[in-house]
Amino acid sequence: MLAKRIVPCLDVKDGKVVKGVQFRNHEIVGDIVPLAARYAEEGADELVFYDITASAHDRVIDKSWVSRVAEQIDIPFCVAGGIKSIEQAREKLAFGADKISINSPALTDPSLIERLQDEFGRQCIVIGIDSYYDATSDSYKVKQFTGDAAATRDTQWFTQDWVQEVQQRGCGEIVLNVMNQDGVRQGYDLKQLSIVRELCDVPLIASGGAGTMAHFKDVFEIAKVDAALAASVFHKGIIDIQELKRYLSAQHIAIRY
Amino acid sequence: MSQHTNSTVIIDTGCANLSSVRYAFERLTKDVVVSDDHRVIKTADRVVLPGVGTAGAAMASLKNKQLVELIQSLKQPVLGVCLGMQMMTDKSKELGGRDSSNKAVDERTLGEKTTCECLGLIPTSITDLDSKGLPLPHMGWNQISPSSHPLFNDIPEGSYLYFVHSYKAPLSEFTIATCEYGEHFSAAIAKDNFMGVQFHPEKSAEVGSRILSNFLAMNTQTFNQALNQTSWQLNRESRT
Repeated sequence: MLAKRIVPCLDVKDGKVVKGVQFRNHEIVGDIVPLAARYAEEGADELVFYDITASAHDRVIDKSWVSRVAEQIDIPFCVAGGIKSIEQAREKLAFGADKISINSPALTDPSLIERLQDEFGRQCIVIGIDSYYDATSDSYKVKQFTGDAAATRDTQWFTQDWVQEVQQRGCGEIVLNVMNQDGVRQGYDLKQLSIVRELCDVPLIASGGAGTMAHFKDVFEIAKVDAALAASVFHKGIIDIQELKRYLSAQHIAIRY
Repeated sequence: MSQHTNSTVIIDTGCANLSSVRYAFERLTKDVVVSDDHRVIKTADRVVLPGVGTAGAAMASLKNKQLVELIQSLKQPVLGVCLGMQMMTDKSKELGGRDSSNKAVDERTLGEKTTCECLGLIPTSITDLDSKGLPLPHMGWNQISPSSHPLFNDIPEGSYLYFVHSYKAPLSEFTIATCEYGEHFSAAIAKDNFMGVQFHPEKSAEVGSRILSNFLAMNTQTFNQALNQTSWQLNRESRT
């Protein structure tokens, strides 16, 4: 049976892994390769590296660490941050990334998704979506350039519409990051994720809000996502991955152990 | 274990993503190279056919490098990985360009031309994976039922391997491991010295590494002894 994936996310800034609360006030949590190796050993099913500064500052991530990760890590990993062209994507894949994740540049130019898909196949094209609940309009909306608080801006996209748009254009997976929940550890936004799951024919990764092991159980059972991404609970040692997997397994959730 | 000093060549298919396969072998042996040089490939003790992308594009690249006949003539163990496995079959429904979501459109607009000729090393063909409504691509860690094929020495029933694909080799007499996602399909296929795996052993932690080690332990002799054996016994069958 296909296992539900546990995906630690390592936000990368200036070659270090960092974590902020609701996308602000980043603190350094460690070096990239040793942290990645530790998570792989502990049973992480996949890793995501987000260069949170790249899109906002119009620069490309330093790619030397991508091949260092690929040399040492024997589980799949995805690289995100500032990939705006076929060539930038090709570079990351050539260095050994299994997937590339596109967020802000896809909003600026949605045809990028089709071009990447035509070139590399949809299996390695992940679309990251930063979604927030807008209380005034009682709807879910997409934000752009969230890597930098000063550059972050609203888009005209409702989350559900964008989810359908990116699938039609040929993405192979979606990471839905619910911004109201990010870094505050109150649980995944099950309501929003369930709505998106209904619209999503490609694998869906939940992101934002994990605080307890029960939050993982809920997001798999209720929102039926394929994978759950989290950062601070792993970086700060609040949740141990092996313990989490034992717990989920005991709850009859398909887990690789 | 002096066998591990023998040479392993990863065919440079011209696809972008060869590094992961190379790194995985480099973690196990010093003697591994990436090459599209005919002599280097021909004299290798074993050969790896990697592949990421679409069958149509990858076959075009092999033709371009005049590697098709060379690969067909190889007598040493040859391992196809993912698309590399699919390319070992007779034909594939996976053409280039936009695929899964626009299948119906593709078939209408392309008329007769709905398959891509492959290497014809293992007599089966690649079709759509029928996930029965589950998300596609089939992406993530899934369990396999391995056979007695030497590629799966010491690989327990139910081991998790990492898969990423939307097309599959159906179950056939050439199946040497099975997997299920909506339907049962071949997780691995083989005929004589040619074998292919649908999953990514290079990304499948210790289990994947063990499978690559099993491949590194093979040489031309491995299949001379077993040449009369047309199909490898699946655990599933041996249990019933």
